[in-house]
Amino acid sequence: MTRLVGVILGTLVLLAAATGSVTAAVVDEETVTRIASQLRCVVCQNLSVADSPSEMAKQMRELIRERVAQGDTPEQVVAYFVERYGEWVLLSPRPRGFTLLVWVAPFAALLVGLGVVARMATRWIRRGAPTAESLEPLTSADRERVQAELQRLRE
Amino acid sequence: MPRGRWLIPLAVVPVLGLLAYGFRTDPRAIPSPLVGRPAAPFSLTTFDGKPMSLEGYRGQVVILNFWASWCYPACYEEAPVLEATWQRYRDRGLVVLGVDIQDTEEAALRFIRQFNLTFPNAPDPTGKVSIDYGVYGVPETFVIDRRGGIRYKHVGAVTEAVIRDKVEPLLGETSG
Repeated sequence: MTRLVGVILGTLVLLAAATGSVTAAVVDEETVTRIASQLRCVVCQNLSVADSPSEMAKQMRELIRERVAQGDTPEQVVAYFVERYGEWVLLSPRPRGFTLLVWVAPFAALLVGLGVVARMATRWIRRGAPTAESLEPLTSADRERVQAELQRLRE
Repeated sequence: MPRGRWLIPLAVVPVLGLLAYGFRTDPRAIPSPLVGRPAAPFSLTTFDGKPMSLEGYRGQVVILNFWASWCYPACYEEAPVLEATWQRYRDRGLVVLGVDIQDTEEAALRFIRQFNLTFPNAPDPTGKVSIDYGVYGVPETFVIDRRGGIRYKHVGAVTEAVIRDKVEPLLGETSG
């Protein structure tokens, strides 16, 4: 009985090892590209590691592939680069500290703008359509002219 | 004129503040997160076939210089300074290590001959060491103290002043 358990456990361990090595050996290129596209090509101007044809970017992609093959998660690979190059290596800054402004400012500006529009709209509505009292009284000259125009229409 | 109209020109103030901050910081100055941390170990093979590892220089002050033969003029300016520093301080426990990146061996050897460089120099064919040190251009130079910690990173050509201010003080430190 204990032997059977031992055999089953042994098989399980072997299976786990086998599948483990299989996943480690086959690197998903999509994952590599996805990681590389988040990283700045350090020798370029505004190009990601995924897009740059430079030698340095090629070496960085190779390094990403290696780390993924070793079983690193995309987050761990990105962290590896941030540890060495700083946040600068990330193409989209993390919403933290001063760079938080980049993420928040557009929405804050939008909210303020909406607020201004809403306030002006309510003010216009409150003012409403002109009433007889709110208008200045007609002068006698105006009254005469209106009468004359009406007369002409009737004819 | 509705009240609060004066608030509109006032809205310019934060924008101006942001611009003032933005224009005063140098977008090219990228602080290295590695300063103050232990230097990453590496082992390379020099152009003349000898092993060159950081571990082999434990207890010495190490000037780790990343360069390339195509890096003109900065690498050409600093090469004589680095060689002179190595000659002057090697008896006091200083070593200069050159790492040649993104280069061809032929051009690199020509560079080494041109300046009669005698300190250890090795190519970094996979770029792993340069990425490990967060190198984004050449020349970049790391000053590593006797305990193996990165004390300073210099971007651009190393000058006599850098050696005097950043390297000399470390020579008097102990490795303990």
